[in-house]
Amino acid sequence: MHPQTTTQAVDTAFYVIFAICGIMLAGIAVAMIWFVWRYNRKRQPVPLSQKDHNLWLEVTWTAIPTVLVMLMFWYGWEGYLSLRRIPDDAMHIKATGRMWSWLFTYDNGRSADKLFVPVGQPVKIELLAEDVLHSFYVPAFRVKRDMVPGMVNWVWFTADKPGSFDLFCAEYCGVGHSAMVTTVEALPAAEFQAWLNAAGSTGGDPAARGLELAGQLGCLGCHSVDGSRRVGPSLKGVFGAPRAVLRSGARATVTADAAYLKRALMEPAAEIVEGYPPAMPPYTQLSEADLAALLAWLESLK
Amino acid sequence: MTVDHAAAAERGFLAEARRPGPFGWIFSTDHKRIGLLYLWSIVTFFCVGALLGLLIRLELWAPGRTIMDAQTYNAVFTLHGVIMIFLFIIPGIPAAFGNLVMPIQIGARDVAFPRLNLLSWWLYIGGAALAVTSLFTGGGPPDTGWTFYVPFSARTTTNVSLATVAVFILGFSSILTGLNFVTTIHRLRAEGMTWTRLPLFTWSLYATAWIQILATPVLGITVALLFAERVIGTGLFDPAQGGDPIMFQHLFWIYSHPAVYIMVLPGMGVVSDIIPVFARKPAFGYKAIVVSSLAIAFAGSLVWAHHMYTSGMSDLAVMVFSLLTFIVAIPSAVKVFNWLATLYQGSILLDPPLLFALSFILLFTIGGLTGLVLGAAATDVHVHDTYFVVGHFHFTMFGGTGMAFFAAMHYWLPKFYGRMYDKTVATVAWGVIFTGFCILYLSMKIVGMMGMPRRYWDYVPEFTGLNQLATAGSWILGIGLVLMFVNLVRGVLYGKPAPANPWGGATLEWQLPSPPPTENFAHDPVVTHGPYDFRKAGIL
Repeated sequence: MHPQTTTQAVDTAFYVIFAICGIMLAGIAVAMIWFVWRYNRKRQPVPLSQKDHNLWLEVTWTAIPTVLVMLMFWYGWEGYLSLRRIPDDAMHIKATGRMWSWLFTYDNGRSADKLFVPVGQPVKIELLAEDVLHSFYVPAFRVKRDMVPGMVNWVWFTADKPGSFDLFCAEYCGVGHSAMVTTVEALPAAEFQAWLNAAGSTGGDPAARGLELAGQLGCLGCHSVDGSRRVGPSLKGVFGAPRAVLRSGARATVTADAAYLKRALMEPAAEIVEGYPPAMPPYTQLSEADLAALLAWLESLK
Repeated sequence: MTVDHAAAAERGFLAEARRPGPFGWIFSTDHKRIGLLYLWSIVTFFCVGALLGLLIRLELWAPGRTIMDAQTYNAVFTLHGVIMIFLFIIPGIPAAFGNLVMPIQIGARDVAFPRLNLLSWWLYIGGAALAVTSLFTGGGPPDTGWTFYVPFSARTTTNVSLATVAVFILGFSSILTGLNFVTTIHRLRAEGMTWTRLPLFTWSLYATAWIQILATPVLGITVALLFAERVIGTGLFDPAQGGDPIMFQHLFWIYSHPAVYIMVLPGMGVVSDIIPVFARKPAFGYKAIVVSSLAIAFAGSLVWAHHMYTSGMSDLAVMVFSLLTFIVAIPSAVKVFNWLATLYQGSILLDPPLLFALSFILLFTIGGLTGLVLGAAATDVHVHDTYFVVGHFHFTMFGGTGMAFFAAMHYWLPKFYGRMYDKTVATVAWGVIFTGFCILYLSMKIVGMMGMPRRYWDYVPEFTGLNQLATAGSWILGIGLVLMFVNLVRGVLYGKPAPANPWGGATLEWQLPSPPPTENFAHDPVVTHGPYDFRKAGIL
């Protein structure tokens, strides 16, 4: 009776509810179509009866749905309890949602913008939100929980096979909501351990450090590096290129040099790239070293 | 001169204005004129909302940008929701057909407070005008979705503040209509119109009116608090200031869940009135239908947090609200069985009003059953905030209330205009609407089961096929709606004269000429039989 995965727990409830609903719908539809055909005025010019109540019939069709809905409630609740009982050996991962990207942090300090998990190992994800409501949703594992500022929610699941599974933000969070999409990467246990311990692989290369920062800060949630349009302008070839911007509503053309790009990170609302929403949050917490790394990375995006 | 006079008398209240031209309408206190004002305002907003819906579907034809950017898309779906909910479906049947029909059904000359009734319409138009103004002023059209969830709604630079004022005013329009109807039904029933002879449509309005009076103030309070949050930074919902965003969700749904019963109960009333007439049989289980309306109105006020299973509220709350949600399903099921039993052994004429009423039953049943998937805690976790929910509420709201609204138009418009539309075209339009509807919203349910979240401007490629099917369905639905409305408007303007009782109804409105005169009854009627007693009414 104890389901092994969240998917199995939820799907049991789905099967029971869909079966009951399917039978009820079929019964109602068949009865309606049959009555309309059989008692059509062409076949039945005058009604066969004027009967307007039948106590036992009405008691019956109140009692049967009552039993059925209680049954569906019970299966729904049982499945839900499985989602709320964390296995003791669950591994902890912290997930942070922000407009409009994900950050997953592991106990050893490793962080990433994709959720890497080991196959066969239950994981408990702590859910935090930095700005507005978000919601952590992995359809393949049937788990969803809102991320609420000022509150720590959680979900757990076990990936029972390796693979890449969609992870969506399911609570509307503004212009980049539908771009707040990443994946769960389920890796075989040994491979996962190798990934987890491979911290600091960027070495001394500032551009590689910049790419790592861009993932952690969520830049890639809104900006592509291949020239395609997302919530914000693409970063491909941005360094040194002319930009048409709106400065307090007035059009201006600037060159995207280091000074401009620094302004764009620190006070993004001051100059809005024409044709894009004023949606970027300021990143005033960046250290000089991080800024330099980001600029080196931007320069590398030809 | 005498000929003109006779022609004018035949056009009843349509020809009897106390003021010239449009002023005879917008300052009229006649419940029928106010009903028609509401009807055509509501139909206009429905068409605007439907057009926005078609644009949403067009944008979702393919992943990425199709016809508009993400910010525009968010404004469009917000506007679609706000218009359809606050300007079409909540006032919909009560304000238009409740005003037109209810006073006549109980044998009254007007509602209890005719001038308050006119004020309700003016508040509705004023609220609508402010909502439209909010699109073009301030920081641009609101982009929060109709649910206005904090903290996003408190932070966004778009014109949410003005939109909340609009919703506040629209709420008052709804409350005043509710007050008016409760008083009218209590105080103005004709001699012999006992509570058990009240037509089921009027009963449903009575149950609805109580929810309007009791629940709508909470909406007013909620949007006022949101306004204060934005304008003076009260911090009630801001965790940084010790506030709680989830409290906003509770406040919002304490109104907005009962509101779905404000939306659907009158539709159930329309269906309960239409089926007996076209089956020539009394409504089966009259008392059970009345009790189930009141039970839905009562229990429906206790289930609001089933919108919040994944919000982070306690597991105990999830259990309680899930259980209560399943209990509300019982009276809804009872109604469906009663309608089917009314058809049994009847003599059924498949005219357009019945076709729309039967589609209500089928589509509302599908909507209700998928609602059980959402009411159960485990399954809701998977489908919450996905297209499954979008499909579900369009089945209940559009497939339910929308179809009932169309049924009511086909059933009662000949009464109030004295002209009959083309029934063949109406039947074809029904077929097209039904087909398009099922393709559109069934596709949504499936893509939701697969995991596509709602309010997504862009989506992963595996959802493309079903989105294109849904978009194609929206075109079929759109064509059907155009056909239906054109046919109805043509019927109203140029149709053949409709007799006083074209369908063989036994309620009081069918005893008056079509259209009825101002103040309805020359002599106060005395009611001697029930609303569906076709033998005593001389129909059988």
